[in-house]
Amino acid sequence: MSNLQLLFDAPILCVQLLVDGILIGAIFALAAYGMALVWGVMNVVTICQGEFVMLGGYTAYFLYKAGVHPLFGVPIAAALLFAFGWALYRAVIFRVVDGDLFISILATFGLSILLQQLANQLFGADVRTAESGFRTLFFFDGMVTVSVVKIVAFVAALVVGVALLVFLKRSRMGQAIRATAQNARAARIMGVDTTRVYAATFGLNAALCGAAGALVAMTWLIHPYLGLPYTVRSFMIVILAGLGNVAVVLAAGMGLGAAENFAGFLLGAEYQAAFVFALLVAILLWRRFWLGRTRRYLK
Amino acid sequence: MRPRTASRWLLGGLLTLALAAPWLVPAYRTQISFLWVMIIFALTWDTLGGQMGYNSFGNVVFFGVGMYACAVVQRDAGLEYFPALFLGMAVAAALAVALAAVLGSGLLGLRGQYFAIATLGLGFAAGEFASGWDFIGAGSGMVTPLYPGEVGGRESFFYYLLLALTVTTFLVLRRLYSGRFGLAINAIRDDEDKAEAMGLHTTRYKTTAWCVSATFLGLTGAAVGNLIGFIDPRDVAFAGPTFGVWMVLMAILGGKGTLWGPVLGAAVFHVTQELFWTYLLGWQRVALGLLILAIVLFFPVGILGWARERWPERFGHTVDERPEPAEGGS
Repeated sequence: MSNLQLLFDAPILCVQLLVDGILIGAIFALAAYGMALVWGVMNVVTICQGEFVMLGGYTAYFLYKAGVHPLFGVPIAAALLFAFGWALYRAVIFRVVDGDLFISILATFGLSILLQQLANQLFGADVRTAESGFRTLFFFDGMVTVSVVKIVAFVAALVVGVALLVFLKRSRMGQAIRATAQNARAARIMGVDTTRVYAATFGLNAALCGAAGALVAMTWLIHPYLGLPYTVRSFMIVILAGLGNVAVVLAAGMGLGAAENFAGFLLGAEYQAAFVFALLVAILLWRRFWLGRTRRYLK
Repeated sequence: MRPRTASRWLLGGLLTLALAAPWLVPAYRTQISFLWVMIIFALTWDTLGGQMGYNSFGNVVFFGVGMYACAVVQRDAGLEYFPALFLGMAVAAALAVALAAVLGSGLLGLRGQYFAIATLGLGFAAGEFASGWDFIGAGSGMVTPLYPGEVGGRESFFYYLLLALTVTTFLVLRRLYSGRFGLAINAIRDDEDKAEAMGLHTTRYKTTAWCVSATFLGLTGAAVGNLIGFIDPRDVAFAGPTFGVWMVLMAILGGKGTLWGPVLGAAVFHVTQELFWTYLLGWQRVALGLLILAIVLFFPVGILGWARERWPERFGHTVDERPEPAEGGS
């Protein structure tokens, strides 16, 4: 807790933590929005969210090794992960749509273990990063440092988010996805091919996570086991923000990023992951008591 | 009465075999000890997951807490080996129950997938927390005291200890399921709102059920910590991706909501998993991921669930869950 004193002595550190947190938060929000999309449309909770992030990160990393700038790796990772998500739906996920939610959690948990162990076998357990070669900016006489790559990643996350929104609002498939989310049976009667919609939704989710992963590889580090915290963060953001609203998802993501940064600073980095998991439990409990006052429960 | 006699013979036969195993196959004592651990895992998970419909990924927390509690008592109590061990086990059970009571009153109000995810978070939070806390050795873990007896005595001692625990767990749960408690938690599984409307104190029953699970998990944790001799926070004590998921899987594989299902599932799973370790070294965890998927997607009813559908008459009155015939009447 000695770091708390430090924060009071040098309030400028707060700015540093806040800025860093908000910039990471947009990336969390991308993965979270994917989860919300799949949950809302297909009623499936995906625990392998973080593994898609990890795979997107490795795509960007290997492209970087082949000489492609990591920023161009983002759309390529998204495209590849879209195909991967589509294939995964066709192979596995279609069996758990409309089923027991617990079965979908367990099945995607199995997928998550499978993917992370495969990545560990194929790519090795080393920590890697895709060097983007951007500068670092200094503010307030060097008290606050912001690397340009984080800002670029932040902007890229926003661009991906806006592109998704436009896609959902304007395109034919986007409208079909929204219709299926409202009422799958009615959509089917009206001639929507819901199987295709489900596959596209799951692909979109994977693509969003893939883009987030490429940004993570560019800004921070990737390794085969990074997945679970991202899944848990997505879940937290979805619980806080609900299934529909992109702006709220983004705000929740940034808030989470900032909270996590502060916690990491105050409690020490070794407790940061513990904080993420504990915060999940705390948020769920808070929701429960909040709803319990009106005799409702989380459904 | 016939199925009951048969079950008694089966139990007796298995027990004789289990008691004789250290003489028959001394080299496999540790592996078979872990089979007992797996059976306890599956049975205690099934109390919530199968009988009560609350799917927990976080039961491994009680296991880890028990393990650490016992190790800390052994380290700091300053007693001889066996008094310290038994005191440690008592403390482990007490702490696990206390934790289950506190957590249960909050978490068990969550339903369905929220409970599952919250307990998932709980398991990992505990692991991360334990690997940051210096009092219990942080990331480098803890070492339990050396067993005082002759070489090989440790394996035999903990073999019998875990066997005794397994049998106790099985008998206690069988007794509980056959009474009012079993009916109450089954009612909660089938329709919680209705059960509450009928006047059941659902939260009390749910918390009690979790406490029963936690007791046995805490005791098992204490014994396993000493059997292995080394406690790693993430890979042994709070091993969410392995033990935490396996207990779910074993219960589902055997058939959840039955008494013998988890036992059967644990046995099948444990043997499969040992074979993976032997023949697929390096790829065993990949194979396990595939196995999870296969079981969940293609075999969610489990072995006993399948057998029950296939030969409903063999299961007699104990598990008659078939829908009422259409013509009704009596």
